[in-house]
Amino acid sequence: MAAIKVHGSPLSTNTLRVLATVYEKELDHEFVLVDMSIGEHKKEHFLSTHNPFGQVPAFEDGDLKLFESRAITRYIACEYADKGTQLIYQDSKKMAITSVWMEVEGQQYEQIAAKLAWELVYKPLLLGMSADKAIVEENEPKLAKVLDIYESRLAQSKYLGGDCFTLADLHHLPTLHYLFGTQVKKLFDSRPHVSAWIADITARPAWLKALALQSQE
Amino acid sequence: MATPVKVYGPPMSTAVSRVLACLYEKNVEFELISINMSKGEHKKPEFLKLQPFGQVPAFEDESISLFESRAICRYICDKYADKGNKGLYGTNPLAKASIDQWLEAEGQSFNPPSSTLVFQLAFAPRMNIKQDKVVIRQNEEKLSKVLDIYEKRLGEARFLAGDEFSLADLSHLPNTQYLVSGTDKGNLFTSRENVGRWWDEISSRDSWKKVVDLQKGA
Repeated sequence: MAAIKVHGSPLSTNTLRVLATVYEKELDHEFVLVDMSIGEHKKEHFLSTHNPFGQVPAFEDGDLKLFESRAITRYIACEYADKGTQLIYQDSKKMAITSVWMEVEGQQYEQIAAKLAWELVYKPLLLGMSADKAIVEENEPKLAKVLDIYESRLAQSKYLGGDCFTLADLHHLPTLHYLFGTQVKKLFDSRPHVSAWIADITARPAWLKALALQSQE
Repeated sequence: MATPVKVYGPPMSTAVSRVLACLYEKNVEFELISINMSKGEHKKPEFLKLQPFGQVPAFEDESISLFESRAICRYICDKYADKGNKGLYGTNPLAKASIDQWLEAEGQSFNPPSSTLVFQLAFAPRMNIKQDKVVIRQNEEKLSKVLDIYEKRLGEARFLAGDEFSLADLSHLPNTQYLVSGTDKGNLFTSRENVGRWWDEISSRDSWKKVVDLQKGA
């Protein structure tokens, strides 16, 4: 039985973030499906054992239990630094820059991208409801401004943290994937460096393995 | 002699004060360079070179230039590991993982509703911006749910990540300070026994008192 367990759903962006990391590091693990359609993640057992916020993913490595996808990926990248893909820099200056762009993803990009993904993808898919136009119209220009900054950054640097693919890039994959299937795609396509970066990171075998779990449902 | 560490931004900014608290905890000397946001200094080209999103803080240390307060704090803890509060970001990987978990909880779950309330209740009036009662109510509800979770957690542990004060607790200081001392929503914290106890303890730290003094003097 694997010491590493990832609890979540393959449809969840936050779960996919952790799965992509586990695959990049080529780690033996068990994926434990949490049935969100019946509210398993809101039940007392899940709240007290895995994540008091009632969210996925949750993570185990032996006795260690963690929640918050970005804390989990950091832990994996550090603890298993010598396995699979290097996802963080050992050099502290380079790591500091990578850390900046990890925060940019979590604080600037995701806050807007997640709202758009919810309106344009999850609401129709899971609830059969249509998008709230006002929310979409408010957030598309905000995302465009963030992507302008990404365009400048990626004109100077192949990946967000520097020359190498790191967690700073990986963290974007799940929401990017969903937004690519919507009208928001044009915002990425119209920015050449952003577009090239997306083409590069979405082609990674580890990401494709994580996505493949969606078809296994 | 010029101090290598520079922080750009007004101390009244919650994100700036997060970095200042960390620098005081670590006993790292710094120079605070004021940015006049009411005059749009943070949107000018020279500043955008330091912080492309036009936000505060920006940070420099010797040859490195950083932004995003939580990234800056992690950098300070890493670079100055042997100074000041050595356990602020954990002294082993398991402690660090727990701190990262609660730092992410702060950034993803606590910060959005609390910073919206800080803006609506503490800053909007000063800026002659009309308060949005619906937004206030929605975010008070969201924050209450988060604080219920914190109440349970702080009944199990003295601080969020465990027995010791950490970067995870520190990260909550700026928004909470405004809500408790500058608005009528302080009861969200003080009416919850464990959260109230935790707030009293973390806000009494010398490092935070120094930040509050800076905010008052600005």
